[in-house]
Amino acid sequence: MKVITAHNLTKRFGSFTAVDGISFELEKGEIFGFLGANGAGKTTAMRMFCGLSRPTSGEATVAGFDVFTQQEQIKRHIGYMSQKFSLYEDLTVKENFTLFGGIYGMKPSQIRENFGLTVGRLGIEKYADTLVDGLPLGWKQKLAFSLSVFHSPEIVFLDEPTGGVDPVARRQFWEMIYDAADKGITVFVTTHYMDEAEYCDRVSIMVDGRVEALDSPRNLKQKFNADDMYGVFLYLARTAKRS
Amino acid sequence: MMLKYLIIKEFKQIFRNSFLPKLFVMMPLMMIGVMPFAANQEVKNLNFAVADHDRSTLSERLVNKIAASQYFSLVAHCSSNEAFRLIESGDADIIFEIPQGFENDIVNSRNVTVSVAANGVNGTKSALASSYISGIVQDYSSDFQASMGDIIKFDIKPYYLFNPGLNYRVFMVPALMVMLLTLMCGFLPALNIVGEKEKGTMEQINVTPIGRGVFILSKLLPYWAIGLFVFTVSILLAWLFYGIVPAGSLLTVYVCAIVYISAVSGLGLVISNYASTMQQAMFLMFFFMLVFMLISGLFTPVSGMPDWAQWIAAFNPLKYFIEAMRMVFLKGSGIADLKSHLLALGIFATVLNGWAVVSYRKTE
Repeated sequence: MKVITAHNLTKRFGSFTAVDGISFELEKGEIFGFLGANGAGKTTAMRMFCGLSRPTSGEATVAGFDVFTQQEQIKRHIGYMSQKFSLYEDLTVKENFTLFGGIYGMKPSQIRENFGLTVGRLGIEKYADTLVDGLPLGWKQKLAFSLSVFHSPEIVFLDEPTGGVDPVARRQFWEMIYDAADKGITVFVTTHYMDEAEYCDRVSIMVDGRVEALDSPRNLKQKFNADDMYGVFLYLARTAKRS
Repeated sequence: MMLKYLIIKEFKQIFRNSFLPKLFVMMPLMMIGVMPFAANQEVKNLNFAVADHDRSTLSERLVNKIAASQYFSLVAHCSSNEAFRLIESGDADIIFEIPQGFENDIVNSRNVTVSVAANGVNGTKSALASSYISGIVQDYSSDFQASMGDIIKFDIKPYYLFNPGLNYRVFMVPALMVMLLTLMCGFLPALNIVGEKEKGTMEQINVTPIGRGVFILSKLLPYWAIGLFVFTVSILLAWLFYGIVPAGSLLTVYVCAIVYISAVSGLGLVISNYASTMQQAMFLMFFFMLVFMLISGLFTPVSGMPDWAQWIAAFNPLKYFIEAMRMVFLKGSGIADLKSHLLALGIFATVLNGWAVVSYRKTE
């Protein structure tokens, strides 16, 4: 089953084409790495799939719903973690999860149960009633991710989830992503870290709003004759006209 | 259901804020406890200098009569030149000059002219000062005429309806309550929404299936509740401090308040939808607030404004509510008397809130 399909999806802001006719399909449970230099159009593309931004032309569906006309249905079936940390800092960990659980229509008992599991997995039971404001960044990021999959969405969109996080926390973060994928959640993740690209099932590399390469990390390395994803990325990113 | 979770969240955030709860206490205290004294248009303690060129018993009596009034205090008995110098230095607001031969003229039943010179830098103050003085002088002269018995004395005794003492506070307090509601229910929820935009939590909300109306209601209801609470506190304070109670029914007061609240929060929401930063929102609100306040009849009557300003006032929700509040508090008007005011406010509420819902976009 295809959970995301895109065909010639384009977004223009005035005369500037941020996303220029991208096409691909995602399988259920796949971890899809969405790579590209700053300004390549990653976030814009992601916002279109999340129903936050209306595409200019092309076609796309997310979880079977059309991105032009059914944005609100899409929103019921996805989770989203933005670049900017977006939990409520003046609410406690538990209050944040209760709020978003409630927003997605989860029952109170279900919220309680899922929350217990979440803090148990993160090992932060004793901080459940701490204001989010006071937690270290690494934890906040893990919490933001846990929150984005709290309501068991079909797809989760992660926009540079590990920015500014130390290597150990990043490693743990990816373990959480694998857990989610094992449960059948499709993961759509943008990143700047090439080592993280290696963890993905498939990777697309965007240059100047277009998808220049899309394959498994191993095939890409072979095709571009590079030792690692960093080599592949550099090879493609050098062709960029935008800076 | 969703609404319940969101409202709980709002209340928690409001009361965890280090500033807002203090504001809810300080605002009514300031507005009702302090502002009526400061925003008082009565002029008292005017400093006057006397240049008495006659130095007679009668001129002395006139000066004493002025100095005895609560509006004036005598700062100097001096020459004309010196008196002008006092005005320049700001030590005197008004000069009262009595010509030579004052007593002589009166005794011989001749016309007498005294002169008053007022510092016009503050126009209101000087106009009031000279009218007070001429009142006193008139009084003085009619005393004479009466004692001489050759002139019939006319006296106008005005009777002021609804506010017999022309008490300035009775007139200002209801209007200040309006300001209070405007700030609490118009500005705070709007700033709150823009705050969420700035922090990035708004995007997280926009990516969930929350309906637009539900989200907006979740922002408004808490501030409406708090606004009405603060409004009630200010009604109590007005009664405690000044003994001001509405002449009409409290029910009428609250009906007007609720209709007004929905209008003014609609305005706040529209602003919040177009502003993307707190700074923009603040400036927009400041602009609207200034125009609304000055063209609302809060300080100066709308009927005395030029036609174009009266046209602007017709689109000012503040004007209708201030008028309505003064009518209920002073005249004791009921809902039937306020039909046109309520209708106008209702139209504002409908248009502004409709605009707010339409202009709020979860998808750009």
